Amino acid sequence: MKFPESWLRSFVDPKMPTQELAHVLTMGGLDVESVEPVAPAFDKVVIGQVLQAAKHPNADRLTLCRVDTGGDAPLSIVCGAPNVVVGMKAPVALLGARLPGMEIKQAKVRGVESSGMLCSAKDLGLSQDHSGLLVLPADARPGADVRRVLDLDDQLITLKLTPNRGDCLSLRGIAREVAILTATPLIVPAVTPAKAALHEKREILLQDTAACPRYCGRIIRAVNVRARTPDWMVRRLERCGMRSISAIVDITNFVMLELGQPLHAFDNRAIKGEVIVRRARQGERLRLLNGQDIELTPDVLLIADTEKPLALGGVMGGEASAVSDSTAEVFLEAAWFDPSAVAGRARRFALSSDAAFRFERGVDFAATPEAIERATQLIFDICGGAAGPISEVAAALPQRNPVRLRSSRVSKIVGVQFSDEQIAGLLKRLQLPHTRSAGEFAITPPSYRFDLDIEEDMVEEIARLHGYDNIPCRPPRAALAMLAAPEGRRPLSELKRILVDREYFEVVNFSFVEAQWESDFCGNTEPIALENPIAAQLDVMRSSLMGSLVANLRFNLARKVDRVRVFEAARCFSRSSSDEDPRDPARALAGYHQPLRLGGLAYGPAVAEQWGMKPTREVDFYDVRGDVEALLAPRGARFAPLAHPGLHPGRAASIILSGAAIGWLGELHPRWQRKYDVPRAPVLFELDVDGLAAVDVPQYREISKFPAVIRDRSMEFDEGTPVSGILEELTRNRPPLVQDIRLFDFYRGKGVERGKKSLAFRVVMQDTARTLTDAEADAAMAQLTELLAAKFGAKLRS
Amino acid sequence: MIDLDKVVSSAIAEFSGTNDVNHLEHIKARYLGRSGVLSEARKQLAKLAPDARRDTGARFNEAKDKIEAALAARREGLAAAELDSRLAGGALDVTLPGRGLARGGLHPATRTLERIEQLFRSIGFDVADGPEIETDFYNFTALNQPQDHPARSMHDTFYLKGAGQNLLLRTHTSPIQVRYMQHHEPPFKIIAPGRVYRVDSDATHTPMFHQVEGLWIDEAVSLADLKGVLTDFLRKFFEDEKLRTRFRPSFFPFTEPSAEVDMSCVFCGGAGCRVCGQTGWLEVAGSGQVHPNVLKACGVDHEKYMGFAFGMGPDRLTMLRYGIDDLRLFYDGDLRFLAQFT
Repeated sequence: MKFPESWLRSFVDPKMPTQELAHVLTMGGLDVESVEPVAPAFDKVVIGQVLQAAKHPNADRLTLCRVDTGGDAPLSIVCGAPNVVVGMKAPVALLGARLPGMEIKQAKVRGVESSGMLCSAKDLGLSQDHSGLLVLPADARPGADVRRVLDLDDQLITLKLTPNRGDCLSLRGIAREVAILTATPLIVPAVTPAKAALHEKREILLQDTAACPRYCGRIIRAVNVRARTPDWMVRRLERCGMRSISAIVDITNFVMLELGQPLHAFDNRAIKGEVIVRRARQGERLRLLNGQDIELTPDVLLIADTEKPLALGGVMGGEASAVSDSTAEVFLEAAWFDPSAVAGRARRFALSSDAAFRFERGVDFAATPEAIERATQLIFDICGGAAGPISEVAAALPQRNPVRLRSSRVSKIVGVQFSDEQIAGLLKRLQLPHTRSAGEFAITPPSYRFDLDIEEDMVEEIARLHGYDNIPCRPPRAALAMLAAPEGRRPLSELKRILVDREYFEVVNFSFVEAQWESDFCGNTEPIALENPIAAQLDVMRSSLMGSLVANLRFNLARKVDRVRVFEAARCFSRSSSDEDPRDPARALAGYHQPLRLGGLAYGPAVAEQWGMKPTREVDFYDVRGDVEALLAPRGARFAPLAHPGLHPGRAASIILSGAAIGWLGELHPRWQRKYDVPRAPVLFELDVDGLAAVDVPQYREISKFPAVIRDRSMEFDEGTPVSGILEELTRNRPPLVQDIRLFDFYRGKGVERGKKSLAFRVVMQDTARTLTDAEADAAMAQLTELLAAKFGAKLRS
Repeated sequence: MIDLDKVVSSAIAEFSGTNDVNHLEHIKARYLGRSGVLSEARKQLAKLAPDARRDTGARFNEAKDKIEAALAARREGLAAAELDSRLAGGALDVTLPGRGLARGGLHPATRTLERIEQLFRSIGFDVADGPEIETDFYNFTALNQPQDHPARSMHDTFYLKGAGQNLLLRTHTSPIQVRYMQHHEPPFKIIAPGRVYRVDSDATHTPMFHQVEGLWIDEAVSLADLKGVLTDFLRKFFEDEKLRTRFRPSFFPFTEPSAEVDMSCVFCGGAGCRVCGQTGWLEVAGSGQVHPNVLKACGVDHEKYMGFAFGMGPDRLTMLRYGIDDLRLFYDGDLRFLAQFT
């Protein structure tokens, strides 16, 4: 809500400067967004009347003017504006005047002296209009200060109103609030009801009294719709951000700004029979004032006559019944619509409506007749005419039930001790009618306050007038209880740090991505799509972090970074048929799986280039597997070959922890590497944070006092035998005295038969009760050899 | 008879005169060897009277001890010098950089979120989490914003395609609070950090951003407690005990009374600058006492329990703390930006 300070001060004039007033409003809950002067600073600009205008002798486009500025002699001024004509009045910046960005001096323009400047609105900083001179009212007196004539020493105050304060969408409402906050009297000019010179009236039929319980209308005949809106009114409208349209429309807007009641004027001749307020019929159509043609549904309230819809109730008038240049008589409407009957309707039809904005938030239902009288009075003053009596139909208006307010509750919620006396005093200042008993008040909310409904609302009123600044900052007091810190779950922050320590940088990407990424990298052709994406390439929810990480790589490659390690931890989204589990954020919503995933990408040299190290190779699957294993440690996962649409078919693994696949690891598929123009293949991984987080709490095992026996064994296997299976077999079926078996070498090539590979294991054997004999160790090794031979056809290397 | 003092001083002089270990051993042999000066002279002792022999013998031993001590000292000296010179040849340029892995870094917003969690945990707030695709009920209705409530236009919401207006991307992390209250018994003391989504995009708004909300419900948690907790938090977060806060009456559908929270500008200290738009204040949080309708919707006895909730933007706190002036940098994945937060 934007308005000029002078208009506010015409209702309430606290003795404080603008800035202080703004502070009081802000701290009272009406946030002042800005205070700005109506016009920038300038001086020595007066009204001038053009007495003569002749062509400049040396320039076709310039005019040589003689201008009366109220002085002894007219001034000679050269002017370039196309609209200069003899007799017009326009601002003249006198010699020595300081305008925004310039100072006026005696000058020669193309050889002719010019003693001042005729100004456009832009020259004075009033608008961007520099198409011609600013035309001033014909009755302005030459020599008068333009700042006074145009009332430019005024401030524009903009409030950022919260949706609960519909009562402050008018000057009177804001004034009421200022009166309360500053304890200054409110001066509201009385509205005298117009004398009904005519008898004619229209019957009003309310078919939905819940949606529209009150409707006032009157006919006004013989109005001059072409009358000019007075300058003072145009100025106030403009300073509230409204354009002047025609006198009648301007008046209805003016009264809305002044009193908060939206009004509508119909061309009376366009209405057939009675005025009916009813629900629209399915499929009914209405062409609105703004030219928009809309199809209606029964939850929309209409103002109609016996034949057709006239207007969208509380939102916007129709084109056919709008006041036009040929209108001779109007039907003026002031109605009260229930917020629920208007809410959301304007948004549905994408309409910008000041009326709907107010009705949605609640308009004072007691002020309807006053508004129509005020508008009538202004129409008489400006357009003339004769009015009929007001037809008013009123059904049950909203009930204002008393709200109980307990003093003890106020003290408890605010945290400040309030006495009954104090509360009574504050309620009086708030002008909230109430009755009082010991420790309790019954307050009747006024008709203009739709936000006062329950005890807490009243507490806020008390707290706000008491002043939030006067509430102490109390250090919190509570019973102390320690927070759980389960050792068997690692927080995400710990997992992130493991990656940071391995040179990864954390990124944060949007959760919505290009649909193409989903289909390329995840084979997901039916991703979860957004109804209203912010951009076409951000229209689906990602089911994997992969696409985003590849995009991060591309972004950095384009900036000449050749080694990239990035990771992200975020929820990913997919459809699921599993039941909801309200305690698990990943499954809290039936039909959608939203697990937190941790994904990473590594690209470029395995080790950053540094002195004293051989030129490094590119990062490969096993480097990143090392990173993944660091994340998993101390748990070990099984890695099984995986077919994944985004990954190289021979270089991708599923990561299996305790029998559950918790993620994958692999090289980007060469197809996508080419398509996304990435010179070398990045290695990516993605894991379920939930699966990663669980770790075992360590359990101590006795350390043997007897020496360990360590033996190595090399064996040849078929090339295709996966190492993980061999290690699992060894772990599962090892003799009891074998403590640990580790793969320490992998070889294929010379000395090993083609199609075979050699694996070397280091076996640690130990007993906690005694020293092992060579014979026992030999026997255990033989057992292992046999096991591998039997299971995998492995042969001992000679 | 031989002058033993002279022999000793001559040996010492010869020892210190050499820098060569081998030569030192030669000299030693000349004085102490089987046919060395002392041994030869000692042969003369036999000729002496027994008394004088004992006497002179003792002096011989004394002289031998002195020479041996000088020899040991010289050996040690030479060995140390030799070691020194050998090590000098093996000196490293200690100014060369170290080798191995460098460090990556956490996203600046994560740094802030972790600090916020840490500060609130230190006074007993637990951290709660929840889904990002939410229902209308959890995002709006349970938070006292029924359909068509004008306050809904404060949040431009992303909706899922084909789900009517029932499924959406959460516009704040308040749904976490609702879910938490539904499944726990009061008192509640939690913060709810996470990603949120609104249809908005310019230099200061991205369609996805972070939010942290907090909730404290107990039998008597008041606005004064709210002021205390948030003021303390902001001072600790910005490490500035002089930081001032200002609570302004405001409106949120889910709190009553409600307050906007401003803090004195961390750049100008409240004097007015470009960052704070010359006002001296920065808006940092929305807050208030939880609305009874919200408690009701969550199954909490609103007569017995009360308390506050607040919501703030950690991205903005991050920008203020580290002097970042463009929010979009957060979501680009630009390593030149991220590497500044190692």
